[in-house]
Amino acid sequence: MPQSADKVLDHSKLFHEPEYKEMLENKRAKYENATPAPQVTEILDWTKSWDYREKNLAREALVINPAKACQPLGAVFAAAGYEGTMSFVHGSQGCVAYYRSHLSRHFKEPASAVSSSMTEDAAVFGGLVNMVDGLANTYALYQPKMIAVSTTCMAEVIGDDLNSFIIQAKEKESVPADFDVPFAHTPAFVGSHVDGYDNMQKGIISHFWKDAERKETDSINIIPGFDGFAVGNIRELNRILGEMGVTYTILSDVSDVYDTPSDGDFRMYDGGTKLDDVKAAVNAKVTVSMQEYCTKRTLEVCEKAGQATEVFHYPMGVQGTDEFLMKMSELSGKAIPDSLTKERGRLVDAMADSQSYLHGKTYAIYGDPDFVYSMARFVMETGGEPTHCLATNGGKEWKAKMEALLASSPFGAKAQVWAGKDLWHLRSILATEPTDMLIGNSYGKYLERDLGIPLIRLTFPIFDRHHHHRFPTWGYQGGLNVLVKILDTVLDKLDAETGTLGETDISFDLTR
Amino acid sequence: MSALRQIAFYGKGGIGKSTTSQNTLAALVEMDQKILIVGCDPKADSTRLILNTKMQDTVLHLAAEMGSVEDLELEDVLKVGYKGIKCTESGGPEPGVGCAGRGVITAINFLEENGAYDDVDYVSYDVLGDVVCGGFAMPIRENKAQEIYIVMSGEMMALYAANNISKGILKYANSGGVRLGGLICNERQTDRELDLAEELAKKLGTKLIHFVPRDNTVQHAELRRQTVIQYSPECNQAKEYRQLAEKIHANSGKGVVPTPVTMEELEEMLLDFGIMQSEEDRLAAIAAEETKSA
Repeated sequence: MPQSADKVLDHSKLFHEPEYKEMLENKRAKYENATPAPQVTEILDWTKSWDYREKNLAREALVINPAKACQPLGAVFAAAGYEGTMSFVHGSQGCVAYYRSHLSRHFKEPASAVSSSMTEDAAVFGGLVNMVDGLANTYALYQPKMIAVSTTCMAEVIGDDLNSFIIQAKEKESVPADFDVPFAHTPAFVGSHVDGYDNMQKGIISHFWKDAERKETDSINIIPGFDGFAVGNIRELNRILGEMGVTYTILSDVSDVYDTPSDGDFRMYDGGTKLDDVKAAVNAKVTVSMQEYCTKRTLEVCEKAGQATEVFHYPMGVQGTDEFLMKMSELSGKAIPDSLTKERGRLVDAMADSQSYLHGKTYAIYGDPDFVYSMARFVMETGGEPTHCLATNGGKEWKAKMEALLASSPFGAKAQVWAGKDLWHLRSILATEPTDMLIGNSYGKYLERDLGIPLIRLTFPIFDRHHHHRFPTWGYQGGLNVLVKILDTVLDKLDAETGTLGETDISFDLTR
Repeated sequence: MSALRQIAFYGKGGIGKSTTSQNTLAALVEMDQKILIVGCDPKADSTRLILNTKMQDTVLHLAAEMGSVEDLELEDVLKVGYKGIKCTESGGPEPGVGCAGRGVITAINFLEENGAYDDVDYVSYDVLGDVVCGGFAMPIRENKAQEIYIVMSGEMMALYAANNISKGILKYANSGGVRLGGLICNERQTDRELDLAEELAKKLGTKLIHFVPRDNTVQHAELRRQTVIQYSPECNQAKEYRQLAEKIHANSGKGVVPTPVTMEELEEMLLDFGIMQSEEDRLAAIAAEETKSA
């Protein structure tokens, strides 16, 4: 056998050893009864035609590769941003393994969450017993400061009432009566992870603000929203607001728990918004949401409490950052320092330096509604055209907002907005109306391979490239990072296209 | 506008919940109350008498047609009936398939999120049969119905159901703050019906809100898909419903945490009223029969 203890081959090499090649060929020939290759090619080509595209876009009863995840994932992410908080997902075990692995694969950090392990008997009798035992075990085993409860589909279908269950569990002394157990109903078959994020934030804030007497201060609350680049972005936010001298509280700060240093001490919880700060946050004069579609219900709670609210769509790029900084300056009364103005100048300078390579480039962009909005705007700032903008979890209202944005610039004139469509739709769309670049997440790599359109990984989840989330995409510095990622891909593509020896290499230039 | 009042009607299937609730609400609307009815029954007949037609566009029916609840608009499912009463029906799956309980949860969440509860004085839930699963308990969760009115009669099974529903209310009373508003006896002309209803109310720690006499006018009105209030506003029965409406209106905040009884206690009560024979009496009766025939 090719595999031996002395020289262990990785699977990317192992299966290309002659023994495996022969075995796989034999299997194909004798047992698989596969469709002949020419026919496979024929069908494959047909799936890239306008004919197939029309059939695909008319598809009603099936979703293939949706660019969204389910509510509890967002809930677990939101809860992770609070001090010493363990996510407790009421429902079946397998679901919770998915949230943990999804977050771990992206952040390359452990992601903790427990499940109430509902099985068939709980589906029949209701999950109260699981809640009572589960809360007691979580409290005893993992010593959290707070347990944030969300739900999987199973608990939702049978209609378990978290409020009543948690009160009953406390009566049975699973956790002390004054222990913080906020909760959110997060049916996975409704909405997406951005709604789950919203519901959990609403649950946590409502829990702490319920009976609070509000005394308004000058402080500002900031809700970052669901963001794969949260580690870099929240730190960048801290830096920017620190330089401005703004007093603020970030509600759900995951930057430390998803980027914990290896210093010999394992800690299940690190950083996060202090629970006392969440309580005090009711007194803030305004709550700022960095991502509107992640906070619709949460902001209603803030407004009911008597706060003003401001919303952004994942503020990225020059205008996005400008608007954010000017608003923060207006709200806090602090001037935007020269250091930031200089950073802006540097970003604009960099964009101008590379203008000849960026102008007129076309992009397909997919992801969460707020991200796609901001990404499209940034692309237009660089002189690019966001030809296709797709959000599986975007609705009619988002579509209208996108169209208004695209109409505001000549670079958006030819753009199309695809609300509620999936990545298999996008495959047809790009096969018939291709773009130069694709901006999305790791799942876009199949489109890249299929259609030869280079992928730029700029949104959650990024499983197959490491550590990008540690660098910001927000602020002028973040804009520079995004710009460099785009440019690297643009220039790699140019090299690849001019790299054929003796054929296209008349333009294979050293300097670009 | 006073604070939103949310009430719910529960009771054994076929007891006349929908009829009683719609007649009462029709009387309430005469008292200048703005009302929203949320029918929580897959049969979708909680609003028939108010709309004078059976509601076709239930929340779940339309959601299934459009693919998802998120695509629904409130005005698609909110119809206005008699004197401006707003009507919605959750709807649900056909008998034998799917999950009606989840349907109720989905529908109520949709209505709340889309502002159906804005600008009304009363929300009234009409819930099918028993509290059979978590979904049908949705209307009595926190921030939903504050008072439950149980429609019952002097029949054994109706009493039994009323007691069971009280158990459900008790379960949620601590956490959600739901209370038992009282019993409404819909007369079936059984033996000592009024006494029995009052006794059960006493046992449950509540009161008999109203004793609705049996009157054929209700049938006549129902055949015309109308409430009595609309069909024959001056008749006796209409006055009864008006009284009931006034009593419910005045009962705000006076609900109680019920004290349901055990099955044995319930049977004992029926024995006391001479409606049920004790086991000994029954055996003696059988023995007497046998001796007679022998």
